[in-house]
Amino acid sequence: MNQPVINLSPKVSDEVRKTTCYMCACRCGINVHMKDGKVAYIEGNKDHPVNQGVLCAKGSAGIMQHNAPSRLKAPLKRVGPRGSGEFEEITWEEAYDIAVGILEPVRRDNPEKLAFFTGRDQSQSFTSLWAQGFGTPNYAAHGGFCSVNMAAAGIYTMGGAFWEFGQPDWDRTKMVMIFGVAEDHDSNPIKMGLGKVKARGAKVYGVNPIRSGYNAVADEWVGITPGTDGLFILSLVHELFKAGKIDLHYLAQWTNAPVLVNGDEKSEDFGLLMRDKDNKLMVIDRNTGKPAAFNKKGVKPDLAGSQRVKGVTHRSVFQHMAEKYLDPQYAPEAVAEKTGITADRIKRIAAELADVAFNQAIEVKQTWTDFRGETHDKFVGRPVSFHSMRGISAHANGFQTCRALHMLQIILGTVETPGGMRFKPPYPKPPEAHPKPHCKVTPGQALDGPHLGFTHGPDDLALKEDGSPARIDKAFTWENPMSSHGMMHMVISNAHAGVPYKIDTLFMYMANMSWNSSMNTRGVIDMLTDKDEQGNYVIPNIIYSDAYSSEMVSYADLILPDTTYLERHDCISLLDRPICEADAVADAIRWPVVEPDRDVKGFQSALCDLGARLGLPGFVNEDGSQKYQDYADYITNHIRRPGVGPLAGFRGNGDEHGRGESNPGQLDAYIDNGGFWMEHVPEDAAFFKPWNMNYQDWAVKKSFFDKPMPYLFNLYVEPMRKFQLAAEGHGTRQPPDHLRDRIKATMDPLPIWYSNEDENKADEFPVTALTQRPMAMYHSWGSQNAWLRQIHGHNPLYVPTKIWEENNFSEGDWAKVTSPHGEITVPVAHQAALNENTIWTWNAIGKRKGAWALEEDAPETTKGFLLNHLIHELLPPKGDGLRWANSDPITGQAAWFDLKVRVEKAPPLEQTKPDIPAQKSPVGTGPKNLTWKLGQ
Amino acid sequence: MTTLPTHTEKKLGLVIDLDTCVGCHACVVSCKGWNTENYGAALSDQNPYGKDPSGTFLNRVHSYEVQPETGAAQTIHFPKSCLHCEDAPCVTVCPTGASYKRVEDGIVLVNESDCIGCGLCAWACPYGARELDQVEGVMKKCTLCVDRIYNENLPEEDRQPACVRTCPAGARHFGDLDDETSEVSQLVKERGGFDLMPEQGTKPVNKYLPPRPKDEQIDILAPLLEPVAAEPQGFLGWLDKALEKI
Amino acid sequence: MHPAPSIIAFTVFSGLGFGMLAFLGLGKPDVSGFTGFVFFFIAFALAVGGLISSTFHLGNPQRALKAFSQWRTSWLSREGCLAVATLSIMGLYALLIIFFNTRVPVLGVIGALFCLATVFATSMIYTQIKTVPRWNHWTVPVLFMGYALTGGAFLTGEVRIAAAGLITMGLFQVIAWGLGDGRFAASGSTIETATGLGQIGKTRMFEAPHSSKNYLMKEMVHQVGRKHATKLRIIGLVLMSLLPWAILMFLNFSHLMALVALLAHIAGVLTIRWLFFAEAEHTVGLYYGQRG
Ligand SMILES: Nc1nc2c(c(=O)[nH]1)N[C@H]1C(S)=C(S)[C@@H](COP(=O)(O)OP(=O)(O)OC[C@H]3O[C@@H](n4cnc5c(=O)[nH]c(N)nc54)[C@H](O)[C@@H]3O)O[C@H]1N2
Ligand SMILES: Nc1nc2c(c(=O)[nH]1)N[C@H]1C(S)=C(S)[C@@H](COP(=O)(O)OP(=O)(O)OC[C@H]3O[C@@H](n4cnc5c(=O)[nH]c(N)nc54)[C@H](O)[C@@H]3O)O[C@H]1N2
Ligand code: SF4
Ligand code: SF4
Ligand code: SF4
Ligand code: SF4
Ligand code: SF4
Ligand SMILES: [Mo]
Repeated sequence: MNQPVINLSPKVSDEVRKTTCYMCACRCGINVHMKDGKVAYIEGNKDHPVNQGVLCAKGSAGIMQHNAPSRLKAPLKRVGPRGSGEFEEITWEEAYDIAVGILEPVRRDNPEKLAFFTGRDQSQSFTSLWAQGFGTPNYAAHGGFCSVNMAAAGIYTMGGAFWEFGQPDWDRTKMVMIFGVAEDHDSNPIKMGLGKVKARGAKVYGVNPIRSGYNAVADEWVGITPGTDGLFILSLVHELFKAGKIDLHYLAQWTNAPVLVNGDEKSEDFGLLMRDKDNKLMVIDRNTGKPAAFNKKGVKPDLAGSQRVKGVTHRSVFQHMAEKYLDPQYAPEAVAEKTGITADRIKRIAAELADVAFNQAIEVKQTWTDFRGETHDKFVGRPVSFHSMRGISAHANGFQTCRALHMLQIILGTVETPGGMRFKPPYPKPPEAHPKPHCKVTPGQALDGPHLGFTHGPDDLALKEDGSPARIDKAFTWENPMSSHGMMHMVISNAHAGVPYKIDTLFMYMANMSWNSSMNTRGVIDMLTDKDEQGNYVIPNIIYSDAYSSEMVSYADLILPDTTYLERHDCISLLDRPICEADAVADAIRWPVVEPDRDVKGFQSALCDLGARLGLPGFVNEDGSQKYQDYADYITNHIRRPGVGPLAGFRGNGDEHGRGESNPGQLDAYIDNGGFWMEHVPEDAAFFKPWNMNYQDWAVKKSFFDKPMPYLFNLYVEPMRKFQLAAEGHGTRQPPDHLRDRIKATMDPLPIWYSNEDENKADEFPVTALTQRPMAMYHSWGSQNAWLRQIHGHNPLYVPTKIWEENNFSEGDWAKVTSPHGEITVPVAHQAALNENTIWTWNAIGKRKGAWALEEDAPETTKGFLLNHLIHELLPPKGDGLRWANSDPITGQAAWFDLKVRVEKAPPLEQTKPDIPAQKSPVGTGPKNLTWKLGQ
Repeated sequence: MTTLPTHTEKKLGLVIDLDTCVGCHACVVSCKGWNTENYGAALSDQNPYGKDPSGTFLNRVHSYEVQPETGAAQTIHFPKSCLHCEDAPCVTVCPTGASYKRVEDGIVLVNESDCIGCGLCAWACPYGARELDQVEGVMKKCTLCVDRIYNENLPEEDRQPACVRTCPAGARHFGDLDDETSEVSQLVKERGGFDLMPEQGTKPVNKYLPPRPKDEQIDILAPLLEPVAAEPQGFLGWLDKALEKI
Repeated sequence: MHPAPSIIAFTVFSGLGFGMLAFLGLGKPDVSGFTGFVFFFIAFALAVGGLISSTFHLGNPQRALKAFSQWRTSWLSREGCLAVATLSIMGLYALLIIFFNTRVPVLGVIGALFCLATVFATSMIYTQIKTVPRWNHWTVPVLFMGYALTGGAFLTGEVRIAAAGLITMGLFQVIAWGLGDGRFAASGSTIETATGLGQIGKTRMFEAPHSSKNYLMKEMVHQVGRKHATKLRIIGLVLMSLLPWAILMFLNFSHLMALVALLAHIAGVLTIRWLFFAEAEHTVGLYYGQRG
């Protein structure tokens, strides 16, 4: 046959440049194929610890983001009213002058009048340094509205959480249970893990009201009623206690379950953990029956221990747990209706968990020594693993629910064991190893320490002398004492209300706060544009850094245009949000694989300039000259602690890893190494890390901490009890009376579940409305991507069969959705595999007309919509004259998923409602046709 | 040459695991990326930033909902690209000879310089695996990455289709389905791989692995738990005994 | 399927053209000189015009010549070759008549057969498409050739044949529709066989692969409402068959009325041909939730 001859070995590219993807926060390694200096094709880096060669849809579409017509071209100065999108392009010099003109007096007189908040910033250790140098207490990243419940509950309970902190042992686990995950930050690793588990035919449980994505491939789908996971989990705990299917040895050795709890109701230490004179936690030693320090060599901590002193019995944490969780209120029959899971199924799941954990235990032969000095010859594994994210954390009961899940893992003895959940370096770290919040302001000077951290009692709250909140977002106050990530979602509304005080300048980076990252979007738009009697904006100055023509851009007065992720230096640092895997410590960089063709600058480099012009400590030398020429300079030469800098790899002469002098050739070494540095965790340090001295010593060498710090898992979180004690009237720092009852009720040192239904008027609004991350979209910024927007150009509201039939909906119908706060009218679609009281849509698809260089009739603007219009940062009034925040009372986490609504059929429209008028595009719109090809 | 070869030396194709596909669209986009820059004309997009954007894709992921007799409905993500049929109607209908099936490996290709863009082959394909590019006016289809799998400019390990290399879940497998010993043939055997629309008589080379049974359909493996104690007191009794044992 | 005007024009007018040529080939009517020229001109104009319009939907018409190469396997290729052959034979035949006033009957008969063969080939382009069960049926060639001949008879003034043709075609078209309506179901292809998910249960589309329409949907997932279709069928029948038939039978012959009848017939055929495409369902529709 005369077949055409084709070239089977065409040239692929001139050169491959290896850097780090930033189409999302997973930070995979990418090979950027270059043809005559331009980006031709992007694929995964096979050597990279995070993605091992694979790449998700977003990552593969990077070329369309890097070349998006929505890219900002130069610094912008607002000329029209806020929100109009009318700007004029200015030079960087002009931009810096404007910024310095605004910020210098603020710093001189009252630094707290600058609120500097960043979005999914991956340079927080840098941006926070800048904010500290400036002296404002008002700094945080987006964690408060994202998933602080997950992070904080993990740290307080066991020194690390899921996502960046830990992962299931995908290679060994025999059963994975995933709670409330659509995508997570670990986008690719989770998919790779599920792939491995599936290939082995191991079992996957998906606990989620919606059966899509991971939950679609799950062997068992538990279509739970939103907000009730805590109850479901505690019921599993109840069953396991009842059957004695608990890893007693694990609990006795590695957790504070055997630690004695002060039982003296009259004491102001009532409910606190008992300590000996050297302040060591006290347990009863089963060998002697006597109290002993938990960490003494040879002690056999007694879970059943109790001590009677002066007529008062101090019982072990474990006894308190048994009492609490054996209570019939947690019996499967008692929770079945609320959770929407039958009692039989709950029992079966408990049985299966126990069966895998105890009857199918695995062993990894390996000698290691624990912190009590005992050597072991193996790691015993309980191959049940869990993963979870915002599905349980983005509720007002999320902190306690996350705690409950961790407690479940811990009583099964799976955490840090083969087949269980494993921490990723530099985690685990005990809560005490993290800083406490700092808020002491001195005009013209730096803050007294890091802004964010972990509170361990009332003394750590960020309050002024008069007891009023020190921070604009009211983080670390009695309203949410453990708000470790701050509360970005409260900043604009508080700044607008002037409560706790007025600010002068809102400085934001990489957060679309006027749109998809705000609750009550319409309201926030009004706050950003609101004027006072004199006709001045209520929030006087807004400076913003974005790389693209987003909705937020139009509301800023000054825009500092960032580069795309392929045009700048970045570092993914162990001091920040690391990218490590359970078996390896790693960090990475981004570097300009192409130079920007626009007058734009990496934001961090801009901060180096601005910091120097403002004379911020840390950003100027003794002689007042600029300390870091740009971010690359900072990455290479900044020293945090002796021998420790932003990057751990290739220090000193390039052969020192973890600790070492700064190395001028470090960035090149990273580039030569594929853009990252990685070192494997030694085999004898691979498991039981919190208690394994082999790990602890290695961790010190690698600079995760400066001395070994083994610790016990906190099933019982003492700091919470301290806040309760204050609420009960003990101590000098006292909560306002209206908060006492709530603190007593919610700050239980042992995991509990409480409902948020009444607060959200579930009686009138019976349906829960949720959003999910589309795997092929990243929040708002995916819509500027010509390839991705063809996949998710608009977002129907998915409705379960029951509601579909009640309203006799049919294809093409629209619905009016009403919440206590607002109303939207949107297209509906039917989904049978959906909890019958839940509706949902894809997150952040809806766009404002004129944004993202899209044409004004783009489907994102006409058929797309945001659920955010229905959500409010405050709960509906309940008649006590107060407005309570729509946040977790412990951490302040935004309770996105407590949203309750009513659905009714509406006549079809041409345009979803609300329809926000267009903004002018500072960059025009994109071309009519795309034929993207460099080579011929 | 539009007469089909009587025999091909290999039957290269894909095996797609519907039990594992999470519907992430990674394969869709990496395919778009590779084939826009490589084999033949770029895969163009119309109104890429406007109303009704639409473009040429060689691989698309559908989602279906299946309602079993009993139990909850299931969601199944369903990637689809050219199945490189043995009896490919798209080839024989082609008036110009642009469409052909390679003798070496059975890959079905379009020789774009011969294609008049009549669209008949797309009509003949039961599966919707061919798309006429609106800018070039030539027929585009999955090439099984013929310009990757033998490409000496790529490292050995990368000589596989872009979509397979990128699939995070490992739901896509590439190989010779003519060779029973190959990994793909083994998978098809073990997991009961099946053809799409067998009644169309196209004899697809690509195979699909069915989703494993889900939910209540699996009977319970673990025995239900036996209570050791009803109320706290009894529990402590048990606890004491249990602690003695460890 | 998407009813592309260029394709409808192509099939209808080339059909008419070749139909007319067929009759001329058989010496009906036995024309010569200028009248001959006029008749042949109309016939060729229709045939060639139709063929040309078929190139309008090509992505790369400049390469159209390549389409003659695959006559061994491809009906589209065959149609092209036959069309050219037919046109040359009849061209020669016409030249001799118009300029040399000699009619070579053998040549005419051969030409007529080629005309039929060409129309048959055209019809086979659709009939062969297994993925469109409604087309994949013997009625299709019969319809195409029937319409060609009826139209040809009409245009060559063979009133009696035309009238007979009109009524038979009317009846046959109704039968063909009846048979066609059940074809997709009979083909056995369902969303369950398309996805192989039938083993688990009843299947429906949840999310289309892309939220925006693509080539496949525009080209092959065209839909006409039941009611709309029935209405058009009736209109088509009346125009194509009943009305012109009535005119021919019951009004005493006048060129004007004949013209009206002819135009009605052509309008009817165009309507019916539009339906031929618009009502045709392609198996790919199953993947996009049609008949799901
Ligand atoms: N209804 C609902 N709302 C939600 C959520 C939900 O689940 N449901 N999720 C919440 C959560 S968890 C989060 S994290 C937020 C996320 O919401 P946002 O933090 O607003 O995230 P994005 O929409 O990605 O917007 C980030 C901004 O950064 C800009 N950007 C992108 N790349 C760069 C860059 O390289 N440099 C700079 N300077 N800017 C860049 C983008 O253009 C965009 O304007 O949304 C929250 N909102
Ligand atoms: N592709 C892509 N990846 C992303 C992002 C993106 O925008 N696109 N965003 C990144 C960001 S900022 C974040 S914070 C992470 C978030 O990662 P995820 O936590 O996976 O984010 P969500 O999409 O909010 O998923 C929440 C899930 O919880 C479920 N859910 C809601 N309420 C409940 C409940 O009460 N119980 C249970 N069991 N489930 C519930 C929802 O159905 C949904 O499946 O994703 C990150 N990764
Ligand atoms: S998950 Fe996707 S988008 Fe996120 S970093 Fe990795 S490849 Fe990039
Ligand atoms: S990449 Fe893999 S998992 Fe993702 S859609 Fe394609 S086949 Fe499915
Ligand atoms: S799938 Fe379609 S295009 Fe591919 S070979 Fe089979 S018939 Fe041809
Ligand atoms: S479109 Fe091209 S490949 Fe397809 S049949 Fe026509 S000529 Fe052949
Ligand atoms: S094999 Fe290549 S061309 Fe075919 S679908 Fe995969 S990536 Fe696309
Ligand atoms: Mo987030």
